[in-house]
Amino acid sequence: MHQRTLGALATGLAGGEFSSRELTEALLGRIERHGDTLNAFVTVTADAAIAQADRADKARASGDAGPLNGLPIVHKDLFCTKGVRTTCGSNILGNFVSPYDASVVERLANAGAVMLGKTNMDEFAMGSSNETSFYGPVTNPWNAKLSPGGSSGGSAAAVAARLVPAATGTDTGGSIRQPAALTGTVGLKPTYGRVSRYGMVAFASSLDQAGVITRSAEDAAMLLGVMAGLDPRDSTSVDHRVPDYVAGLSKPVKGLKIGIVRQHFDEGLDAQCAERVKASLSALEDAGASLVEVDLPNIGLSVPTYYVVAPAECSSNLSRFDGVRFGHRTDDPEDLLDLYCRTRGEGFGAEVKRRIMTGTYVLSAGYYDAYYLKAQKVRQLISRDFKNVFESVDVIAGPTAPTTAFAIGEKTDDPITMYLNDIYTIGANLAGLPGISVPCGFADGLPVGLQLVGPHFAEETILSCAHQYQQLTDWHAKGPEDFA
Amino acid sequence: MSGKWEVVIGLEIHTQLATKSKIFSGASTAYGADPNTQACLVDLGYPGVLPVLNAEVVRMAAKFGLAVKAKIAPRSIFARKNYFYPDLPKGYQISQYELPIVEGGELFIRDDDGNEKRIGITRAHLEEDAGKSVHEGFGKSTGIDLNRAGTPLLEIVSEPDMRSAKEAVAYMRKIHSIVRYLEISDGNMQEGSFRCDANVSVRRRGQEELGTRAELKNLNSFRFVEKAINFEIERQVELIEDGGEVVQETRLYDSDKDETRSMRSKEEANDYRYFPDPDLLPVEIDKSFIEAVRQTLPELPDAKQERFISQYGLKPADAEILTMNRALADFFEQVAGAADTQAQVAANWVIGDLSALLNKESVEIQQSRIEADALAGLLNRIADNTISGKIAKEVFEAMWLGEGSADEIIEAKGLRQITDTSAIEGIVDAVIAANPGQAAEYRAGKYKLHGFFVGQVMKETGGKANPGRVNQIIKDKLG
Repeated sequence: MHQRTLGALATGLAGGEFSSRELTEALLGRIERHGDTLNAFVTVTADAAIAQADRADKARASGDAGPLNGLPIVHKDLFCTKGVRTTCGSNILGNFVSPYDASVVERLANAGAVMLGKTNMDEFAMGSSNETSFYGPVTNPWNAKLSPGGSSGGSAAAVAARLVPAATGTDTGGSIRQPAALTGTVGLKPTYGRVSRYGMVAFASSLDQAGVITRSAEDAAMLLGVMAGLDPRDSTSVDHRVPDYVAGLSKPVKGLKIGIVRQHFDEGLDAQCAERVKASLSALEDAGASLVEVDLPNIGLSVPTYYVVAPAECSSNLSRFDGVRFGHRTDDPEDLLDLYCRTRGEGFGAEVKRRIMTGTYVLSAGYYDAYYLKAQKVRQLISRDFKNVFESVDVIAGPTAPTTAFAIGEKTDDPITMYLNDIYTIGANLAGLPGISVPCGFADGLPVGLQLVGPHFAEETILSCAHQYQQLTDWHAKGPEDFA
Repeated sequence: MSGKWEVVIGLEIHTQLATKSKIFSGASTAYGADPNTQACLVDLGYPGVLPVLNAEVVRMAAKFGLAVKAKIAPRSIFARKNYFYPDLPKGYQISQYELPIVEGGELFIRDDDGNEKRIGITRAHLEEDAGKSVHEGFGKSTGIDLNRAGTPLLEIVSEPDMRSAKEAVAYMRKIHSIVRYLEISDGNMQEGSFRCDANVSVRRRGQEELGTRAELKNLNSFRFVEKAINFEIERQVELIEDGGEVVQETRLYDSDKDETRSMRSKEEANDYRYFPDPDLLPVEIDKSFIEAVRQTLPELPDAKQERFISQYGLKPADAEILTMNRALADFFEQVAGAADTQAQVAANWVIGDLSALLNKESVEIQQSRIEADALAGLLNRIADNTISGKIAKEVFEAMWLGEGSADEIIEAKGLRQITDTSAIEGIVDAVIAANPGQAAEYRAGKYKLHGFFVGQVMKETGGKANPGRVNQIIKDKLG
């Protein structure tokens, strides 16, 4: 059962092959068996999951099944879940039980999805390796010495290891797509504003976007159809038609114009990864797509731009964690300043502190123009570059990450190298574009990801392209042997 | 202030907007609820929550902008003002910084010499209020009440155009009057719905550049504004005259001691790290919205004042007093419309006796126990000589005590004026007969005894005799 995709499980449930309870119990068993090895979960909600599965079975029996009725899912631990601890991978929220559900959680639950638990992540989504989590690093199911990427590393590892068919994630600079690439899964980051951010604990508000990690583009399409749409509680969510993404998958790639970004194949990209990505592009070309070389002249500035904008917003967003109303509070503070300093000193990890300090610095009087304002201008240039490119192509294709999975501990002392892991993904966040990473082969036995980026609200295009690619190949069907 | 020094004052007025719900959440803004019962997750700054702008505040801000002839920005931006304080739940206040919703307005006040004076309004911007720290009753801890957090405020910033504490108060009163006319704020100063910070500096007369200013915080009554500014002027002048220097700082006014004292200096000031709030879209306002708001503008104090002068022939000073408060002006107009008397008489009663009673009882005109029609009824009885002006005051007081309409009270107490000449003649005859000495003196030319005889007649009639006729008859009889 656990080898099936979400779509296949839906068919099984609908055909009465098994019940949601049976499915849920089977997957909970796998989570129990493999959970410690991977450290993919912060919280497993077994009892609530079984109760939810029973309700789904009842709903199905009474002909009242939602589109995701009885299907298991896990949430990255920065989506607020009512009555369930929501830690964001941080000590400061170690005791935080949310009094409400995030929009994404609510929509998926209303569609009948069964939540099995909350997945581990880089602290407040700040990291590319899952090593910044207060709850310890997540290991890569393909090799326990390696990182699954981050920040949605727990979600990616859980899906790759077939513990669950699908997981939510969030992507601020590549946090869905990069771990998907490093674990051989599909990671979809929708257009900024496509999915509500309400109830998603903010890292960098202008870049954060909720999405999913699955094993096929079809599964991602199924979930996006439920998650997408205007939410009056999020002013930045957009009132844009939600198409039938699953129906759109059948659109052939014949005639599709695919842009290949010249700068994406510069030095820095691992040779084997480059070869795999190029092979996948050839496969799409063979299927009738045309490849066009394009330029993103300012894309080289995306990482430094991101590391001004994101920390600036994070420094402000994380101010609310002050020990006054919720979360960790230090013992016996001497005075107010001591309460703040020790609460936050104890509550946040090194990477979060680094970004809060960077962000505070770039927003300070006298530095604002040189850093924050300049970064916003560069951001506009990058957005404009993408806009120009999309006047001549339908999608952009290239590598998701410069290398395959790297060793845990390998880059922890070198934040810059770590930041460069997101060099191909950050552009889509800065420009608010939808992107997807799909497995496109292996290098030395480790998965490689192909990234497709589309214009605003072109999820249909990138999903159908990814789906068509998956009809041509079976990379996405391969799982790590240790978790067969 | 001696002629040597010139005072420069600018005000920042915080007006609470009278919306039902908060600026970025659906929680109620009602005053006086139990602590933390009117704060939802958005107001509490919980992880993951997001602000959603209350459209009503935009309409109210635009209304204010139009009333002071300002420009309504087609695009304004909410920014985050970052600082840590326990009653600031998110660690930042959502405000407007670089692109406020209202820019460049003006209004007119009377300066100390009674001349009209223009005061520029730099800007008005929308922001959320913080919560309240409660220091009493929690031992060594501090209580936090977040009911007020997220309450919408319009911060109105003036140009440094005022030259005395009196002018500052006149400006503040004018703003107070305008926001109440527009019904965008209840202006309740006790509840903190209308408060102000004053930037005060002094310079030698003739000096071009401005002196160093001190910012006086949280002045919540007209009286305190005047006292605090005057204290501050004196402090700064003495300081400079003694060879010292004014430092740029924030000072708090202590109304018990009637003094200002330093809160924090410029060096200790926060770096608020303003930046555009990524959770909120720019506020975009088009011409049709502005025109629709313009249609809802009421007649404003200045226009009403001019109309009262031309339409009712009121003295300018009286028209100004009546139009400061829209409800008072409306009340006056109702009285003037219903009474067969000169409008100035109605104005005298509203400004005089009625306002005095309202002040004494500390109630607003809306809570007046004498309604406009009832007051008109009383004025009509003076006009038709049923009672004298003096008796009217007695009737007025009885009306306030709820004893009935003017007619009812006049009947019940038998206060109808005696206008029958033969009756008055009889009484005058009796008084002259009872006071032969004074009558003789009067006839000998001591005419100031006239008042004595009038008094005696009034005493005999309980004040009810028509004073005009009494005068005439006494003159006739003794002359």
